[in-house]
Amino acid sequence: MTEPTAPLDLGTPPAVLDGMPIGVPVSVDTTEAQGMELTARSQWSYARRRFVRHRLAMIGLLGLIVIFGAGALANYVAPYTFDQIDLTNVLHSPTTVGHHVFGTDEIGRDYLSRVIYGIRTSEQVGLTVAVVSSIFGLFVGAIAGYYRGWVDNVIMRITDLVLTLPVLVVLLTVAAMLGRSGSEWTIVAILAAFFWTPICRIVRGVFLSLREKEYVEAAKAVGAGDMRIMFRHMLPNTLGPIVVNGTLAVADAIIIEAFLSFLGFGIADPTPSLGKLVAGGQQFPQDWWLTVIPGLVLVMIVVCVNFVGDGLRDALDPQQRRVRA
Amino acid sequence: MLTYIARRILYSIPVLLATSFLSFTFVTKAGDPLANLRANPRTNSPGVLKHLAHVYHLDQSLPIRYWYWLQDVFEHKLGQSLLTSQPIWPDISRAIGHTLQIVLLAQVIALILGVAVGIYSAIRQYSVFDYTMTSLSFLGYAMPTFWLALILQIIFVDIYLKWHVRIFYTSGLNSGVTSSTWSIDRLQHIALPVITLTVVSFALYSRYMRATMLDVINSDYVRTARAKGLPERLVIFRHVVRNALIPITTVTALQFGALLGGAIVTETIFTLDGMGFFFINRLQANDVYAVMAYIIVVAVTVIVFNLIADILYGVLDPRIRYD
Repeated sequence: MTEPTAPLDLGTPPAVLDGMPIGVPVSVDTTEAQGMELTARSQWSYARRRFVRHRLAMIGLLGLIVIFGAGALANYVAPYTFDQIDLTNVLHSPTTVGHHVFGTDEIGRDYLSRVIYGIRTSEQVGLTVAVVSSIFGLFVGAIAGYYRGWVDNVIMRITDLVLTLPVLVVLLTVAAMLGRSGSEWTIVAILAAFFWTPICRIVRGVFLSLREKEYVEAAKAVGAGDMRIMFRHMLPNTLGPIVVNGTLAVADAIIIEAFLSFLGFGIADPTPSLGKLVAGGQQFPQDWWLTVIPGLVLVMIVVCVNFVGDGLRDALDPQQRRVRA
Repeated sequence: MLTYIARRILYSIPVLLATSFLSFTFVTKAGDPLANLRANPRTNSPGVLKHLAHVYHLDQSLPIRYWYWLQDVFEHKLGQSLLTSQPIWPDISRAIGHTLQIVLLAQVIALILGVAVGIYSAIRQYSVFDYTMTSLSFLGYAMPTFWLALILQIIFVDIYLKWHVRIFYTSGLNSGVTSSTWSIDRLQHIALPVITLTVVSFALYSRYMRATMLDVINSDYVRTARAKGLPERLVIFRHVVRNALIPITTVTALQFGALLGGAIVTETIFTLDGMGFFFINRLQANDVYAVMAYIIVVAVTVIVFNLIADILYGVLDPRIRYD
């Protein structure tokens, strides 16, 4: 969603080729008067600057670092292990006694530790699915868009099939076939098997238009091979949408894993995941913290990922020279 | 236009066949349909099992079983369940009815609110109202439905337990009352699922409406309308809103199609006998043909609503031509 905002000054004029301003619209002394200097900047450094200036994206990034950091360092951060039982404190509401900051569950396990280990599971699932499906979708989409013809047709029909049914229905059916609940890597495999299709479509679309560009023709003329043209010359121009989509896929994968686990078709016991924690709380509607806390963590993850994704979208769009307030 | 529709329908037939065959492969692999009989000492003899497997074509290869199933779908209204030997159609049509009630209600409310909020946010862009609504819909969008549903359930269970007031019921469809208060009772039961679905759709619609409104407001013909001195009210409601509503009809049609089969979590939490509840129950019970029936109904719904979305788009926007 693009919103018309007043274009903010980024220090240098937009048209820069190899560090040299074209048309010289900015006189040197005004830039120096503002304490700035004209330096060569690549597209990536522009993107980085735009991203860093995106306030919401930075908030999101900070939030993600805190949440995912706690998950990654679960072994050091969590006060207890996720299955340690404290029978003197069963279903205790959040308290500072014994560091049960998030309370305890129905058999006295420390809920803070369970949530942190749950984050670890969700984070592993989300990140792996996003990376694997992005890379796979990128390869398949590149081949479809570059070669066209029957290859393209076959690949596109496969992605069509996935669109006929709601994702959750397909995933539940497949999960049921693979034996109800599996290890987290089964879930990762199932999710990745479906998450590559949107990325494939995007890459294909971009490749279809890029393959007609002059620079591709030039590369062909100097005798570059197909692989070199695709991955050396065309790929960098598709990275923007892929990075944005991959980021958003992290949140989607985490939420869908939570859905599957919630319905009992996800990760098997004893591994805690955020969806399973919420599901476990369902039986104890009066002990609100069991449901509210893991769900809140899920919401925070999704909001942060979306902020970062928004920021990346604004930063990586080469047509865009605006910074959102 | 008619040839376009005909072509789309023809094209969707192979898609449906491929989808159903793939699902059939997955679903039949999911479990042993004779597991119940095998566990029962009275029927657990090799002869009986072999006979049953033959009667139900379970001893055949997959494509042949698929063929038999396909015949059943057309001849016996989606066939009958292997587990209960009951016809599937009565169960699934009842479930569709219930799902339709909550989805229709939720969509109407979400659409009215979403469009109104979207219009106002766009007119007063960057106002306090706009920022509040944007953050709220962002939150609504990020919230997993099962969590929202559970929170609502917790709140209303607690209200009931603390003050003994029944505002909304938290599970089921009815509580066996006489016909005079039946509809009120039903509303009390479906209110929470409707609220859950409304929040999710509202977030989508208001964001979408706001974005398209802003697109249209900044277009040339709106500037022309303002330049020729039209009152702002007329500019907004006659020129902007009418055009901004076009994309949202498409989104609504798609969302509707997805929700008819997809309110799985909401229905499960509120134990509401709808399509999603039907699906999850039958999937857990390994009721192969019931799951297949659900998948077919959902696939057809999605395809039909996709088509409706495209047709509506062509009807409302004269720049789009199908031939």
